[in-house]
Amino acid sequence: MIIGRVIGDLVATRKHSSHEGRKVLLVQPLTLEGQDRGDPLVALDWVDAGVGDRVLVVSEGWSAMTSVERPNSPIDMAVVAVVDTVDLAEADAH
Amino acid sequence: MFLARVIGRVWATAQEPGLNGQKLLLLQPMTPGGEVRGRAVIAVDAVGAGSGETVYWCRGRESTFPFLPGEVPTDATVVGIVDSISVTGSVAGRTTRK
Repeated sequence: MIIGRVIGDLVATRKHSSHEGRKVLLVQPLTLEGQDRGDPLVALDWVDAGVGDRVLVVSEGWSAMTSVERPNSPIDMAVVAVVDTVDLAEADAH
Repeated sequence: MFLARVIGRVWATAQEPGLNGQKLLLLQPMTPGGEVRGRAVIAVDAVGAGSGETVYWCRGRESTFPFLPGEVPTDATVVGIVDSISVTGSVAGRTTRK
């Protein structure tokens, strides 16, 4: 899983039926220090996350589609948790 | 999934039978702000997308699932046509509608 911040969402009228009824979120991956890392991803929402929330994203198909309860669907990323805190024991190592 | 713009199509006469009848799209990955990112990829179309449209696509084995029980040998599939993107906050600190 990766940590990211929800930065927005997108509207898609025409999409695969398995994506209906779930928010399609834009998630900016973050470093452990909270800096942007790479480009935003598109993930289905399972936890009712909102803009600004720091979240966990599964970026693997089986876990993603299972978590949003849409088996055998073309879903490879899902937001599965809203992060409360991250305890970083050895900040210097990162 | 990832954002991209459809920049073209690929045609193939000799192809694996699972690809018969499938539309092959050329995608240019991009950021929510429309900046080009990385190399173009070729994806099968599951939603009726066409050139110039902004789409989102998935990769891996999941990308074959829209076609079940058919077996389409693909590792990338367009699964949604984007009508609008709303971004707030860290991407250039602005809200965009496009």
